[in-house]
Amino acid sequence: MPTYKAPLDDMKFVLNDVIDYSRLTSLPGYADFDVDTAMSVLEGAAQFCEEVLHPINQNGDAEGCHIDHGAVTTPSGFKSAYQKYVESGWPALSADEAFGGQGFPQTLRFAVEEMICASNLSFGMFPGLSHGAYHALLMHGADDLKATWLPKLVTGEWSGTMCLTEAQCGTDLGLLTTKAEPRSDGSHAITGNKIFISAGDHDLTDNIVHLVLARLPDAPSGIKGISLFIVPKFLLHADGTPGAANGVRCVSIEHKMGIKASPTCVLAFEHSVGWLVGETNKGMRGMFTMMNAARLAVGMQGLGLSEVAYQNAVSYAKDRLQGRSLTGVKNPSGPADPLIVHPDVRRSLMTIRAFNEGARALSLWVGTHIDMHEKHPDPAVRKDADDFVALMTPIVKAYFTDMGFECTNMALQIYGGHGYIREYGMEQFVRDARIAQIYEGANGIQALDLVGRKLPAEGGRLLRFFFHPLSERLQRTVQDPQLKEFAEPLAKSFARLQQATQFIVMKAMSNPDEAGAASTDYLRMFGLVALGDMWLRMAEVSLAKLPTATGDRSFHDAKIKTARFFMTKMLPEVHGLFARIMAGAGPVMALEAEGF
Amino acid sequence: MKIAVCIKRVADMGARFQIGADGASVSDAGIKYDMSDFDEWAVEAALQLNEKHGGGEVTVISLGPDSAQETLRKALAMGADKAVHLKADRIPFDGFAIAEALAAELKDGGFDLVLFGRIAVDSAAGVTGAMVAELLDMPCVTAVSKLEVSGTTGTAERQVEGGVETLSFPLPALCTIDQGLVTQARYPSLKGIMAAKKKPMESKPAQLGAISVNVSKMELPPERSAGRIVGEGAAAVPELIRLLQTEAKVL
Ligand SMILES: Cc1cc2nc3c(=O)[nH]c(=O)nc-3n(C[C@H](O)[C@H](O)[C@H](O)COP(=O)(O)OP(=O)(O)OC[C@H]3O[C@@H](n4cnc5c(N)ncnc54)[C@H](O)[C@@H]3O)c2cc1C
Repeated sequence: MPTYKAPLDDMKFVLNDVIDYSRLTSLPGYADFDVDTAMSVLEGAAQFCEEVLHPINQNGDAEGCHIDHGAVTTPSGFKSAYQKYVESGWPALSADEAFGGQGFPQTLRFAVEEMICASNLSFGMFPGLSHGAYHALLMHGADDLKATWLPKLVTGEWSGTMCLTEAQCGTDLGLLTTKAEPRSDGSHAITGNKIFISAGDHDLTDNIVHLVLARLPDAPSGIKGISLFIVPKFLLHADGTPGAANGVRCVSIEHKMGIKASPTCVLAFEHSVGWLVGETNKGMRGMFTMMNAARLAVGMQGLGLSEVAYQNAVSYAKDRLQGRSLTGVKNPSGPADPLIVHPDVRRSLMTIRAFNEGARALSLWVGTHIDMHEKHPDPAVRKDADDFVALMTPIVKAYFTDMGFECTNMALQIYGGHGYIREYGMEQFVRDARIAQIYEGANGIQALDLVGRKLPAEGGRLLRFFFHPLSERLQRTVQDPQLKEFAEPLAKSFARLQQATQFIVMKAMSNPDEAGAASTDYLRMFGLVALGDMWLRMAEVSLAKLPTATGDRSFHDAKIKTARFFMTKMLPEVHGLFARIMAGAGPVMALEAEGF
Repeated sequence: MKIAVCIKRVADMGARFQIGADGASVSDAGIKYDMSDFDEWAVEAALQLNEKHGGGEVTVISLGPDSAQETLRKALAMGADKAVHLKADRIPFDGFAIAEALAAELKDGGFDLVLFGRIAVDSAAGVTGAMVAELLDMPCVTAVSKLEVSGTTGTAERQVEGGVETLSFPLPALCTIDQGLVTQARYPSLKGIMAAKKKPMESKPAQLGAISVNVSKMELPPERSAGRIVGEGAAAVPELIRLLQTEAKVL
């Protein structure tokens, strides 16, 4: 059975030394949440994830969910784990205090999300979707709707869903046909079929709050005619407790590759009562609030799975004796050396490690900007922070989840055949990681969002929040005798990123397919440079600390070595990507569709 | 009820241990620490008793370096009311020296009940609780798997070979708590963690007794050599018996 220990030391390092977490405590409402408090919260969450969520991950996968007469049951252990989750108050972590939340910085929610996804991704789907529903309602709902539905979403007593997808409409939400008809009391009757709805039905909570995209009778066609509704599974009695069923039926659940303990439901809405959230025909706005937050959260799924797979691969590589080191016997008392002596195994472990630690720093760095956006008194700072988050969202979503799949796969490889069989749990990580590349906007769509929306926005304004600080850091460090070895390769890659950016922007003006063809390579390039930025910062901190370090000497030593690995062994991928981008769309599109 | 629970910070037993440079201690590198399991159950037992009877106060006490405060903080997050840190630069092996320091702290505390874990999962000596009871002249019940209090009388159950033993005793008393009293200690809640920040934590030098027992050397168990498969099924039995007789010399 796999094991999991939350990487608390690394999280503490990132909070304290890399992202300057303490500056958040000067924001209004955050004075209480200093690093010590943050760490005790993360320790509490870590214990919960390690001892409650992780132990039911493997059986959750084996058992899966079941449906009987329209009622979905989760695998054994999930209900009691969810109850403990609610009793311990975790759903309320960073929710608004006005609705019973604890008001913690969002940055910490990122760290907690990493741990939840690492220990049990399927379980994490339930609170994850509830948070999305909470967020959309908070931002766009009318006061009475908020008062009715938010408090129980915040405690976790009720869960939420996002109902977008229909059989004929996945990426292209403009095609959706679910209908909303006005009723005399101001509410609406919702009718239509949704597919692939995560947590659409289950036995963990006594009500489910669906957020549903639907079309009003006189709505314009396409994406401009979509409205957002809140549709509960059960209508409420006057005292606020769940009462009559609301015509939402779970028709079936999917049999699927991974996250088997998370039910993926076909839902039929039949004249279900719904209330409009936000303005008529402006449903995409609310949905985007929800999706942007959810996209970052999905990025954390990639990181979480990569981390748990790494931990297990490391301990297997230390235990498993096969072959002898190329440079002479390392384990003379045993029949063979441990796998970890082999350079090719080491390469895989270093790759996963360098991704995990870099991605962790980046995610928490993005997290601090969400907090700045939400809390900073100066509107200009708020807007800048929001723009940075908008720029980084597709990168975190797509790069982290692509790497999540690659890294879990590499970790499996270290187990050889033992990785492919079920017992060790490695193949589950690979299967679970796969979906994160697809939902919340497939990764190809993230890449289009980056090149099509984020690059051109306001004449490239968004890029400034990444490009400017990085060029300042590079200017400062590239001359430094110690930092030079890290800063130089990064400066070269950064130059490639800037050139590619220019190329794409110029070319796309005459032929949008150019942007489309470059998008995925470009996003990956951006992700690599962003991680490079984090590794430069971490190298700088650890180099400064190493001479006087005592107990954490090996920690800083490892950081510096991993930074060196990243800069020399991972970052150079940028140059291959650059060559690919510069070759343009021609070779991609030359063979006409009929030729396939 | 006023209940004191003495808790110890111990290394995570799942870790890969390495012997420190002095050859007589465990190296700290890469080791995580937490409250000893039995002590966690003792804290849980104390909280449950007071919840059942309404009111009361739970004080947690830990002896050790500053890091012991983290363990105390966790007990506060679980719901204990206040904490006392008895400061020492390390936790000595000598249970009696520790018992003297704890007894000095407990003596005038006016506690109705003092709880310990049955053993600390690292040193596994299981003596400190009983020694404290002796020093405080309190009735002592070890390895308690069920605990009730009514008025000034306590009733405890102990699992003994093949059965259960029920004992009663007057308060104030000292019990050491075994697995089975609670199925699971509660997890600190988010609210509990926040509340713990504001609960009182007193730190003072431990009045350790004279240390007369020291660890002189620690060794890792020898690595086991790989097993050998002598054959399969019934055909392998004669060879197996021969080896057990000639090589292992057990038959
Ligand atoms: C396990 C699971 C859970 C899910 N949970 C939810 C949920 O809770 N709520 C919900 O509403 N939905 C959910 N979904 C649906 C998911 O979000 C969709 O599957 C996803 O949006 C893609 O839609 P599609 O499957 O119809 O693929 P399509 O839209 O048909 O896309 C297929 C492929 O074509 C590419 N593509 C499509 N359009 C373009 C374009 N314009 N340019 C370039 N490439 C394009 C995509 O990148 C993709 O790779 C879930 C799906 C699964 C499998």
